[in-house]
Amino acid sequence: MEHCPLKPEGDTRDHLVVIGNGMAGCRAVEELLARDPARYRVTIFGAEPRVNYNRIMLSPVLAGEKCFDDIVINDADWYAANGIALVAGDPVVAIDRAAKTVTTRGGVTEGYDRLLIATGSDPFIIPVPGKDLPGVIAFRDMDDVDTMLAAADAGGDAVVIGGGLLGLEAAHGLSLRGMKVTVIHLMPTLMERQLDEAAGWLLKQALEGRGQTILTGADTAEIVGNGKVEGVKLKDGTLIPASLVVMAVGIRPSVALARDAGLAVGRGIQVDDHMVTSDPAVLAVGECVEHDGQVYGLVAPLWDMCRSLADGLVEQPTGYRGSVTSTKLKVSGIDVFSAGDFSGGDGCEDIVLRDASRGVYKRVIVRDDRIVGAVLYGDTADGNWYFDLLKKQEDVSQLRDLLIFGQAFAAGGGAADPKAAVAALSDDAEICGCNGVTKGQVVSCIVKGARSLDAVRGTCKASASCGSCTGVVENLLALTLGDDVQSGPKTMCKCTSFGHDDVRREIVAQAMRSIPEVMQKLHWTTPDGCSSCRPALNYYLLCALPGDYVDDQQSRFVNERMHANIQKDGTYSVVPRMWGGLTNPTELRAIADVVEKFNAPMVKVTGGQRLDIFGIKKEDLPAVWADLNAAGMVSGHAYGKSLRTVKTCVGSEWCRFGTQDSTGLGVKVERMSWGSWMPHKFKIAVSGCPRNCAEATIKDFGIVCVDSGYELHVGGNGGIHVRATDLLCKVATEQEAMDTCAAFIQLYREEGRYLERTAPWIERVGVEYVKRRIVDDAAGREALRARFLYSQSFSQDDPWAQRADGAEAEHHAPMARFIPQERAFLEEMGA
Amino acid sequence: MTTAEWLDIGWVDQIPVRGSRTVQVEGGDDIAVFRTAEGKVFALLDRCPHKHGRLSQGIVHGGAVACPLHNWRISLSTGEALGEDKGCTPTVPVKIDGGRVLICRASTLKAAA
Repeated sequence: MEHCPLKPEGDTRDHLVVIGNGMAGCRAVEELLARDPARYRVTIFGAEPRVNYNRIMLSPVLAGEKCFDDIVINDADWYAANGIALVAGDPVVAIDRAAKTVTTRGGVTEGYDRLLIATGSDPFIIPVPGKDLPGVIAFRDMDDVDTMLAAADAGGDAVVIGGGLLGLEAAHGLSLRGMKVTVIHLMPTLMERQLDEAAGWLLKQALEGRGQTILTGADTAEIVGNGKVEGVKLKDGTLIPASLVVMAVGIRPSVALARDAGLAVGRGIQVDDHMVTSDPAVLAVGECVEHDGQVYGLVAPLWDMCRSLADGLVEQPTGYRGSVTSTKLKVSGIDVFSAGDFSGGDGCEDIVLRDASRGVYKRVIVRDDRIVGAVLYGDTADGNWYFDLLKKQEDVSQLRDLLIFGQAFAAGGGAADPKAAVAALSDDAEICGCNGVTKGQVVSCIVKGARSLDAVRGTCKASASCGSCTGVVENLLALTLGDDVQSGPKTMCKCTSFGHDDVRREIVAQAMRSIPEVMQKLHWTTPDGCSSCRPALNYYLLCALPGDYVDDQQSRFVNERMHANIQKDGTYSVVPRMWGGLTNPTELRAIADVVEKFNAPMVKVTGGQRLDIFGIKKEDLPAVWADLNAAGMVSGHAYGKSLRTVKTCVGSEWCRFGTQDSTGLGVKVERMSWGSWMPHKFKIAVSGCPRNCAEATIKDFGIVCVDSGYELHVGGNGGIHVRATDLLCKVATEQEAMDTCAAFIQLYREEGRYLERTAPWIERVGVEYVKRRIVDDAAGREALRARFLYSQSFSQDDPWAQRADGAEAEHHAPMARFIPQERAFLEEMGA
Repeated sequence: MTTAEWLDIGWVDQIPVRGSRTVQVEGGDDIAVFRTAEGKVFALLDRCPHKHGRLSQGIVHGGAVACPLHNWRISLSTGEALGEDKGCTPTVPVKIDGGRVLICRASTLKAAA
């Protein structure tokens, strides 16, 4: 870069010398020129041999989205046109405050009247062995970018140390340039200073999805290599190969020059509200300064500082009051925004919106009706709006209900009334982000006849996904129809506005793993649900996560918690399993012994061909089960929303009319399906001929044997509303009958609503639907069967045996026993 | 510890969260001791005002328990049936001292009589 003439003849103006040709130095000059272009003669010294460019855009240059010319802020013409002398590539190495001169490394000495230090910051290099090896660089200037581009051309592995803003942008760029990138981050969460744990996790998932390896909680021990970098060794001994190592662990204010000149320096060069240092002739601005104890490493504070600085230079001082900062990550396709304080704590309220289908996480932190922080992931469109409210300390109590939905909703006029806010929205305002439905589309679908929330969800899909816009859609219904709105879909219970199907879909879509998580994500209105929703949620999670979900005993109805049927007097009845209704002397003897030993007042044969022992006390249950287990019997699940019994007739083995081995098939079916949890109880029967002695046509799944094979019937019920089965199909072999049974059970398990028997379920969805899924779709049938068998591999574990072994003894034993007669003797029971 | 006024029945941790344990009282009904999600402990006679269901076997949610027999909801703090149902179960004062659960002796005797 050529030097402009330093001192034009006859110029008697004060000389402003600027050390630093970066963003702060040049911005300060721009602000000054905007106020009084003729006031100072200006000379700028820059360490880099180039004109002023936008440093924060280096990431897009590395990523190949921009070139250097695109990020130049002021080109050579700007310096010339404004009479600014630029000394580029020859850094200032000394300041003589007494003589009021600066001296460059090249030996140029220049006098000043006012001096502005804008030296920015230096990348922090962690002091590990190997840090000076060729191939270890920082990410600070255009030279670093050139080094990275050259390395990327050669390909291979790169390691980025530091999972903050800069490190991730470097990793993204290198990855796009074809390098295999590993990010090493000391902390457990990426960008932990800007993001909370939830957003950090989403970010990590996204980056890993793009092929980067992200190691969190990883501490660098040394950089290894012989003559050039070859890899990075972690403290746990892991060695990661690398031909390029980028250190992006942080920056430090560049203060050496100022400190050598004797200026007051803390963490940065200390300045007052007018950016004046301890020497009135010397000013400082940007990342190199410390103002009111704060040091900034982001660009926004710099604009504020430069304004105050220029006001002071033209003697109209205003004063800088510090900055609140916000952050956006410049990784294309991954939108991250954070501002303010998101650590939470006393008096802070979190407003959270999660939309798994769009990969959106929004969290706004409010304290005393003011926004104090915001973290946005996936949808950062409202970042600036939240930031603005935060900076202005605006009272958001009137906006609170709609705040999280963003400016379009919350500021849509009449903010106190959500209905008015919705009315004020324009027709093209997006109502449902999940399905991209605008207000106009919702209204038109209501006008065309969708008169309920369910109907709107069914037609234009608004609010059919995450449900966060349900309130808005309901308001649109009310606005459009007045009193004609039909009541919404039947909700699960009073704790939620969602119906069963919505909840199940979201559990799967958002991969939810616990009842509290469902309640949190689906905005439950009660802290821990009720006796209607808790058992349902427990079942839905159990069904969605076989083998994985930890059953919540406190969300089970008493019978399933106690593995026996509670009776009106508080005692229990016990039904051991008898496969297919078959029994033998050993089992019968054991049952007889139990009846006598525990004084059971009654034994009865049940409608499902089992023996039911009545009047067993809660405390005696484990002992009863132990005795029954000893005779080879397991729980009959007569108490559960699960397979009850498989009822059979004697079939071809004995019966003169029998066409197939119905008892044998019944035993096989029961062995396959016992122990599975279902939306409601489930009964099966196998009849050996069309005389149907096992009453298979009023069971949930009924098999009627015929000469040519097996008729499979579904959806029967012998309860209050007797319903005969629908014929599902006819199959030729036992195996096909078993496979179809498994597939049918799984379809019911996955799609039946909790406490909905197969009969009302089939009335609701239609037998034709079930036929399509089970009969017509062979691949679908097989997949359902496979899912059922997989799930069964975790559920066929006798709960009685576990309890007899002492598991969950607290369910059976009292906590203490109090005997008033003996002067209040109190016995503690241990457990 | 047990005194003339209070019966020490065990550690708070022995009661499952959102669950219940019982204290057997010879010659009377059990006392059901509940622990809510928020960690509060309540004691009621283990008998629903409706058909005498064992409240200790019900689902605890919020500050209420649902009777296992017919799903009546009973307030843990007042013993009153909630919603449309009418009826009341005697309550027993509880206090926690150093992690121990103490129930009122007089109320226990009265409730179980």
